[in-house]
Amino acid sequence: MTDITTDPRLLLLAPDDTVYVLRAQIDAGETVLVEGRAVTVPHRLGLGHKIARQPVAPGGKVVKYGAPIGSASHAIAPGDHVHTHNLQSDYTPTYSLDSAQAHTSGSTG
Amino acid sequence: MNTAGQMRGWLRADGRKGIRNVVAVAYLVECAHHVARQITVAQPDTAHVIGFPGCFPNPYAQTMMERLCTHPNVGAVLLVSLGCESFNRYQLEQVVRDSGRPVRTLTIQNDGGTRATIAAGRDWVTQQAAALAQAPSVPMDISELVVGTVCGGSDGTSGITGNPAAGIAFDKLVAAGATCIFEETGELIGCEEIMASRAQTPALATELRASVAKAAHYYATLGYGSFAAGNADGGLTTIEEKSLGAYMKSGQSPISGLIKPGDIPPRGGLYLMDVVPDGEVRFGFPNISDNAEIVEMMASGAHMTLFVTGRGSVVGSALAPVLKIAANPHMYRRLADDMDINAGRVLEGEATLEQVGAEIFDHVLALAAGAQSRSEELGHTEFILTYKSFEPIGPACLPV
Repeated sequence: MTDITTDPRLLLLAPDDTVYVLRAQIDAGETVLVEGRAVTVPHRLGLGHKIARQPVAPGGKVVKYGAPIGSASHAIAPGDHVHTHNLQSDYTPTYSLDSAQAHTSGSTG
Repeated sequence: MNTAGQMRGWLRADGRKGIRNVVAVAYLVECAHHVARQITVAQPDTAHVIGFPGCFPNPYAQTMMERLCTHPNVGAVLLVSLGCESFNRYQLEQVVRDSGRPVRTLTIQNDGGTRATIAAGRDWVTQQAAALAQAPSVPMDISELVVGTVCGGSDGTSGITGNPAAGIAFDKLVAAGATCIFEETGELIGCEEIMASRAQTPALATELRASVAKAAHYYATLGYGSFAAGNADGGLTTIEEKSLGAYMKSGQSPISGLIKPGDIPPRGGLYLMDVVPDGEVRFGFPNISDNAEIVEMMASGAHMTLFVTGRGSVVGSALAPVLKIAANPHMYRRLADDMDINAGRVLEGEATLEQVGAEIFDHVLALAAGAQSRSEELGHTEFILTYKSFEPIGPACLPV
């Protein structure tokens, strides 16, 4: 199903998905092909993370497994890492240690 | 690999067939647990310990123990009571007797204490095990199988390898007429609409939506964050993304019904098990660990459970085999001895989801034909049952 011009480490789970899933780690600075488009990955991405396949405007649905997994909080371009910085739940906010850390450092000045 | 033609089972009076033929040794309060365990130690493959630890009565626990003691994989039942607990041992013994199984109750306070009860129990179990070893089996069809699925110790790989591969195996089983059960409505938040769209009737669709809404409310009351920080580290961004990964275990088949623990599906098809208690929140978390979910699958008749794990759970179960599906290829290499299937190969380009799904399906048939799973070979017989309360399911929940 995956396009021949897409890096084999990117896995497409369903035909309508707007994201690929990483089946292996990609290191910072590596260039990967996303449907013919060369994208340089700015930071290391681990197994299971997502890279955008299609653009999604703010408020638009991000689709994985053929189903919406939330809405874009910022514009997403093909090749972007899709995670908590540009995707939010339509149900409950996601709590991560990054946000906990940011909160703590904020409160201690 | 065995084929369906070689599948044989032990026919019970209720028409169901077992793929194992074990003696269940059931303690009826924690105070009788040690005696029950000591009764089984000499015959760990044939005699399995199950039980309920509480001293206070609980209708859910009573029903669960009745269903488990009359599970198709069980050929005989020894009840071990301390004597003063509230569990209704008379009713349980009658239910087992009515099912046509040999049953005996030992009461530690009346039967001479620990040493004498263990000795009496071992004698009885030895006799029963010998009889079960001689019991004739009959041919069994895939359509007579009941298979459950759970995931535990999940990580970012669970939803893209092991769970969808288990879903493919479920689709093959349902197509062959088998009964398949998936569960954990608390991890289906965000999936309610796509799940409802698979319901065989509009009324069932309403019930499916309501079960997820109940779970969302229950977990919110508990303050339980079903999305842990580690999930985000593993690449999962939202609760609905995590839920969809778990939902993949259900495959693509139409959903035939909604059951609660202990409800026996009336015919083949795919069923959702609603494991979240009804009414006000009490007794704590719905299922305190993975084995509680496996026990509920067994109470609804599951002959075996497909267990998808990313981090690497090693558990098995009393009474019914557990097939361990490794989602993460790195974990598989560390724990290969505990794993039956390496679904992580999908990530490494060594197999497709279809191939792994077919492999799981073949393993299900082999287990039903008598092959042992890894957790069985390793002697895992975990079991846990705690307090809960449920209302009966509504009329729209089962296929007509």
